[in-house]
Amino acid sequence: MTVLSRFRPAGRNRSAGARKTVTFGDASEVKGSPSWSVASLIFLFFVWWWIKRGPDPMINDRTFPSLRQSWDAFFELVDIGYRRVGLWDHTWASLWRVLKGLIYGVVVGVPVGFAMGLSNRLRGIFDPVVELLRPVPPLALLPLFIVWFGIGEGSKVNLLFFAAVWIMVIAARAGVLGVHGSKVHAAYSLGASRWQILRYVILPNALPDIFTGMRVALGVCWGTLVAAELTGTTTGLGAMIFAASKFFRMDIVVVSIIIIGVIGVAMDLVMRFLERRLIPWRGKG
Amino acid sequence: MKDLSVGELGMVYELPKGGSVEALQNVSFDLRAGRLLTLLGPSGCGKTTLLNIIAGFLAPTSGSVTLGGDSITGPGQERGMVFQQGALFEWQTVSQNVAFGPRMNRKKRSETETLVRDLLSTVGLQGFGDKAVYELSGGMQQRVALARCLANDPEVILMDEPLGALDALTREKMQGLILKLWQETGKTIILVTHSVEEALYLGDRLFVMAPRPGRIEREYELPFAKEGLDVDPRAMKASPEFIAKREELLSLIWEMEEQIMGHEGAMS
Repeated sequence: MTVLSRFRPAGRNRSAGARKTVTFGDASEVKGSPSWSVASLIFLFFVWWWIKRGPDPMINDRTFPSLRQSWDAFFELVDIGYRRVGLWDHTWASLWRVLKGLIYGVVVGVPVGFAMGLSNRLRGIFDPVVELLRPVPPLALLPLFIVWFGIGEGSKVNLLFFAAVWIMVIAARAGVLGVHGSKVHAAYSLGASRWQILRYVILPNALPDIFTGMRVALGVCWGTLVAAELTGTTTGLGAMIFAASKFFRMDIVVVSIIIIGVIGVAMDLVMRFLERRLIPWRGKG
Repeated sequence: MKDLSVGELGMVYELPKGGSVEALQNVSFDLRAGRLLTLLGPSGCGKTTLLNIIAGFLAPTSGSVTLGGDSITGPGQERGMVFQQGALFEWQTVSQNVAFGPRMNRKKRSETETLVRDLLSTVGLQGFGDKAVYELSGGMQQRVALARCLANDPEVILMDEPLGALDALTREKMQGLILKLWQETGKTIILVTHSVEEALYLGDRLFVMAPRPGRIEREYELPFAKEGLDVDPRAMKASPEFIAKREELLSLIWEMEEQIMGHEGAMS
């Protein structure tokens, strides 16, 4: 019961008229506060406005653009794009690379993670590979990837794949190892074959972990994107940042950063929505 | 209907630090089809180990188990299993859980649907088929587990403390349900429990097991389960015969606990 009640939707206790007297340290009572989030955002913009106020601001316009400049830069990007590529095309190029990297990461990482969670031999085989390569920063591999996969899309998508795949391996492995022994035993006693246990017990049991892995990997992919777009392309938000920095267009740099942040948040919201729809049983085992 | 035969079962666990524990030593018995055997004993007496060997999840160090003459080497659907909790598939609805066995066996969908509906009403869950299992109370979840097990029409049903996580009132109700299922289906049931009262009330045969090494200490043939549904369960549990047996078993188990404690007390 206590486990269940921890995952009960927020606020139910209150609507029932009951009021807890102990809330500090009670995780079920901490659900965030939208109004404080809005206030926090407003405060951030206020600080931005504050340091840029007046004719002689604390930080000059070349180093850090004002709200107004950034606003204008955003509409300049929307209207005419940057370096003859529209803002939407830059955004789409980056989004597509991130999605491809993530999808390849899932397609390769989940089976490898499952294999590592299911077989001693495969665990032995993959362990050194995963543990050696996992801590390597993707950027360190960029020179190799450019030589191997070319300066174009190949090296970029592979770099993002590299950023995502280890996270997916570990998430999938954790999902397999998290399966309750009695569930597997029950399935065997009900006549399930190995394959059926994999498909109908282990996979659904691992889905919540896989989903968490995808959310983490998505964030890491956006983090790697700018490095991936360092060279060999004129499209993408990362490429835009680098080109703009060479011309000291800090307004465009700032706008690109905000766009990446907003897309990251939007994608995480989409993932959370999908999670609620696709795996409503999360945390209820 | 198949009889179960357990012959000279031994189970030795090697400890990681060296040494070993004898979880079972020379356990032998025959169980005719259709009987309800309860296993009672202090923790460490090997009752769950014995159940897991019969289920086929563990291979014994020595000895053998046969069902209807066929020796048991792994899990199989002629031996259904009901766990204490956590063995339902929370990603499936109540109906899907009950239909799991027939589905794995690729039975016809329409037949399975009828079967599931019948079983849900047998365990008192009609109308709950489309619920998620985590929306149900602990007692209802165990009803689902019973129905899921019955869906495959097993020869033997093995229950590992199936009511151990339930509150006292729900537990009494569920004991009635287990008796009802036993009498209606005529299945062989082996039930592990910590509760003396439960072992007496449900078992038409009862083994008291003892630890170090795990073994069958005493055997009882009991009348209560056969009469259990015809009379009021509270009245039965309050009858002098029941109370006498209960006190006898309790003192037997207390004696064992004393021995274990005394043994450990001497060492400290």
